[in-house]
Amino acid sequence: MYRQKYLFLLPGLIALTAIILFPLIFTIRVSFSGWDVYNPGLSWAGVKNYVRLFEDTRYWSALSRLSLLAISTVLIQYVLGFALALMVWKDVHARRFFRVLFLVPMMTTPVIMSVIWRTIFHESLGPLNPLLDAIVLGGQPWLSSPGWAFAAVMIVEIWQWTPFMFLLLLAGLLSLPSEPYLAAKIDGAGPVRTFFSVTFPGLAAISVGALLIRLIEASKILDTVYVLTSGGPGEATETASYYIYIRGLRDFQIGYSAALSITYLVIMIVALTIIAKLMVRFLVKGQS
Amino acid sequence: MTDLTQSAALSRSEPEAVPALRPGLIAKYVFILLWSAFVVFPFLWALTTSFKDANGVTNGATWLPWIQYRPSTQGWSSLFGGAGGTDITRPYLNSIAVTLGASVISITLGTLAAYGLSRFTFRFGWMRNADITFFFISQRIMPPIVLAIPFFLMLQALGLLDTLAGLILVYVALLMPIAVWVMVDFFNSIPRGLDEMAWMDGCDPVTTFVRVILPNALPGLVVAGMFCVIFGWNDFFFAFTLTFTKTQLLPVAIVALNSSVTPWWALSASALISIAPLVLLAFLVERFLSKGGLAGAVR
Repeated sequence: MYRQKYLFLLPGLIALTAIILFPLIFTIRVSFSGWDVYNPGLSWAGVKNYVRLFEDTRYWSALSRLSLLAISTVLIQYVLGFALALMVWKDVHARRFFRVLFLVPMMTTPVIMSVIWRTIFHESLGPLNPLLDAIVLGGQPWLSSPGWAFAAVMIVEIWQWTPFMFLLLLAGLLSLPSEPYLAAKIDGAGPVRTFFSVTFPGLAAISVGALLIRLIEASKILDTVYVLTSGGPGEATETASYYIYIRGLRDFQIGYSAALSITYLVIMIVALTIIAKLMVRFLVKGQS
Repeated sequence: MTDLTQSAALSRSEPEAVPALRPGLIAKYVFILLWSAFVVFPFLWALTTSFKDANGVTNGATWLPWIQYRPSTQGWSSLFGGAGGTDITRPYLNSIAVTLGASVISITLGTLAAYGLSRFTFRFGWMRNADITFFFISQRIMPPIVLAIPFFLMLQALGLLDTLAGLILVYVALLMPIAVWVMVDFFNSIPRGLDEMAWMDGCDPVTTFVRVILPNALPGLVVAGMFCVIFGWNDFFFAFTLTFTKTQLLPVAIVALNSSVTPWWALSASALISIAPLVLLAFLVERFLSKGGLAGAVR
């Protein structure tokens, strides 16, 4: 009778392994080849690509730019998402309306919204600069200056993904038991004390999960950058994925882009594992 | 089982008594309204832009039709083959087919695997259940760019490049980890006693799963389905690299509009109509959230 257990697991496991494993092994093999426009095919080039990669400053700055972008936007999303979840948790008029509204950006297609955002950031025809002028902040060269282009990418990422944090944290808030709140009230704890002693610890586990999922997804940023800035101006918004895209699918340096991909993947896995361990230690200590 | 869910629902009901910060109340509403404005800003802009023509756009940022610019339906008519845009009927149907096809396959395979992992013990070499579950979920870490070129060659070898079937195959790898992630947790929250009762009544595992467990897993299936549909419908990169012109999906068709002389009106109209179905999904998500159905699934 327990033979049947394989009927459950194996179809999915085999399908996923078949679809993922071939590309992964193939990429590793290609990364040791000199495959490019002039020499297509799996010639053996040794570790040439990996040596080149270590001297490629554009790659390393794309990686550090990606880390800055991912960590800063995810933290902002977390803080904003948490604040929004707390605000529509209870005692608010029309809270179901606001809950739906706050979820909407997450449902929209990132590239399609980026196309819209591009028109919003347009320096002369877009609506953002007139608005900023009106509230005396002044218009900015959004997509043509390095700093503002980076800020534009951040704004779009925050708009798109704060709802995800909001969703998970609100679901967590709604599943909190009410007894500790009664206890806190009886003990005379104020709202701030109640938040740090009851609410935040109760959401620590779900916070770690939400932050990790978002960091994983943010480390892959490509769509938004592709549409909004094409990595520019210059290389000001070029993320690791976008740089690999340029090397692989624009310049057609297949072998080199494979080496970049494998390095990128390894760095991501190592970094995310360390971050996960640290977060579990500092945020969920003393709990399950 | 009904007793269990009811008592769970009771203890999860929203706590009533937390003192509200009176002085902060205004600040709270200001914050909520500011964020709401930020959320709706791109949608309102797209809506008003979709009724402009070339003149309306080049006159600078205007919001009010009739008063600030002369409205035109050019943008909307271009969606169905009118001038200055692109016919998005085919891409729309393609997107629906790929999203639904890949979601159904991913949820079927993912739910089966999740049930297996939740109820039986497996060992493949050094890999135990937790490792196998992690293997499934960890596929989400894989950046699309790493897989793009091998996928291209793989689909080429299979003759599936630029076809719906090829895209569905790739999207299954993208979506199945989500289905497994949601469903393993969900099955773990269904008491094992339920299975054991069915076994004692003489059901084999497959019958137990289909007749007893699956009906109880409906909320989890809805959540898994929602996430699969969101991530499937919204993907751009694979649709972009693995198709040319025969099998265009919606995001690709719309981004293609962006490249040449940008017809903002057609762009806005097509953007609005392609995000519309999933925006409606937000209502479903909220209903689940309020009933506490999401809490179990996202933990």
